[in-house]
Amino acid sequence: MWQLLQIELLKIFRKPRTYISFGAIAAMVIIIQIALKFDGQSYIEFITGSLRDTLDVPVANILNGYFVCFVILNLLLIHIPLLIALVAGDSIAGEANMGTLRLIASKPISRTGLMLAKFMATVIYTALLLIWLAFISLLLSILIFGTNDILIARNDALEIIRSNDVLWRYLAAFCFATLALTTVAALAFLLSVFADNSIGPIVSTISIVIVFTILSEMQIPLYDRTIKPFLFTSHMLAWKGFFYSKVDTTGSSIPGTIENIRAIGKSSLILVLYIIGFVSAAVYSFNKKDILS
Amino acid sequence: MSLVTVSHLSKKFKSHDAVNDLSFSVEEGDVYGFLGQNGAGKSTTIRMLLTLVRPTSGNIKIFGLDLDRERKKILSQVGAMIEKPDLYKYLSAHENLSLFARMSGSGNTKKELNAQLEMVGLAGREGDLVKTFSQGMKQRLGIAVALIHNPRLIILDEPTNGLDPQGIADMRNLILHLSRHLNKTVIVSSHLLHEIEQISNRMLIIDEGKKIVEGTVDSLVDPAKTVVEVTVDDLAVAASRIETTLWFSYLIKKENHHLIFQLPRHLIPELNRSLVQLEINVLSLQAKNSLEAQFLSLTRSKQYVAAFTD
Repeated sequence: MWQLLQIELLKIFRKPRTYISFGAIAAMVIIIQIALKFDGQSYIEFITGSLRDTLDVPVANILNGYFVCFVILNLLLIHIPLLIALVAGDSIAGEANMGTLRLIASKPISRTGLMLAKFMATVIYTALLLIWLAFISLLLSILIFGTNDILIARNDALEIIRSNDVLWRYLAAFCFATLALTTVAALAFLLSVFADNSIGPIVSTISIVIVFTILSEMQIPLYDRTIKPFLFTSHMLAWKGFFYSKVDTTGSSIPGTIENIRAIGKSSLILVLYIIGFVSAAVYSFNKKDILS
Repeated sequence: MSLVTVSHLSKKFKSHDAVNDLSFSVEEGDVYGFLGQNGAGKSTTIRMLLTLVRPTSGNIKIFGLDLDRERKKILSQVGAMIEKPDLYKYLSAHENLSLFARMSGSGNTKKELNAQLEMVGLAGREGDLVKTFSQGMKQRLGIAVALIHNPRLIILDEPTNGLDPQGIADMRNLILHLSRHLNKTVIVSSHLLHEIEQISNRMLIIDEGKKIVEGTVDSLVDPAKTVVEVTVDDLAVAASRIETTLWFSYLIKKENHHLIFQLPRHLIPELNRSLVQLEINVLSLQAKNSLEAQFLSLTRSKQYVAAFTD
């Protein structure tokens, strides 16, 4: 299994396509950082517009590395699934298209073992992509903008998290994002089993994520109760929960706390169930599949 | 003991019978030719031998073991090249070989991998990416991949597809080398009769998924019906001189510059002498056995049987 995993990682990281995602993330993050560096105050005035009429918003202190990273995550974590699908959707279908699937499936290795190794390699790729995102969005932003307390806007309220209470929240958020993106990877992986070229599963995954995200964001009471709780996309943004802390009687956030840890736990569980479901279906289907490519 | 025993093997894709109640056996040391037109069911059968396709019914035993139950054990002793040798184009020849050796459970050293590449004529190209290789080089690397774990049984599906004449000759020599010098058992499929004929000692002809005939190449060739094609400079003169001889009864066709005879193989030298005595200017004399005609008459393409069987 370890040997198969090594082989799969070699295949992923020797393929030029893999680095598109890393390059795309770097480009997007740097573009956002440049924009905020030169016109950050306008952006902050825009997002705090109505709040500034009723609250004393410390505009000058808001623009710091932690805040910039939070902005970047908000903007990018919706789009990164597309980059994940590029590799996960290619894992089986790409091999079928190249003709190598028949060669590896005729080797003395179990199909289940092969699939699990491929999926684990995809998870490692996903995690590395998130580590890269963390490195470039958090560390680089800290280097450029420095550190300070982070201001989180929630509905009509502002929450300030002290700078010494931020890093663990980012660590938890990135771990959760890895789980969320692994769900997308598992979906692309499943679809990849049924295709003979990688375009199909990549486009299908992206389409499903887009449709589910739209459904998750729609404010329709009927869907709120019936569909939304079961869509994985409804739970993918639960990482924000790590930045919502409990407040004391004065309304100040309590360091080291999370307002609704149960909701994050529930979302995590649902995502894990999705992953297990997608991967199990992929392994089952691949074991039954006639390889004709 | 047979190395491969296939019993009543069938594969149905929806309503189409790709393979229908096929039985055959391959003996140790055979170069077993698997012959049939395109779409006859050769590739599906080979894919079932390699567990890529699940049989609808029937049984496959390799090395005396049931393929369904002992898949890993069996496949660790089988090397295969299925149609085109598709490899990882973005990896080097050495990396491809190393990767597949590890997948086959063989811990080859770098020296052994290089020796394998040298055997297939890829010495000096170990580090080059496969995407820079010609079709022939890819084919040779595919063979190296099939052989890297020193398998007892080698399965080659249409190994000469896309090769130039030199590549085809090299492949033929390699298969013969594997059989004669390395004592490997080889199953080789092709839709080209002469290819199979030149390398196989036993063969199976299938059509529409069914076995048509199986046996040694010699037993399938009827020496009494050898077709001889004689190319002459002046067909009219040659034909008129032949008319008065006993060879006229063997003449089955004359066209363009060709006289086509069907006669027992042992009479060919005598025919040759007579043509010289008759002062017929012979440009070439080519004997074709009856296997080609038999193959074509047994399979679906009998409508394409040309001069030799008219």
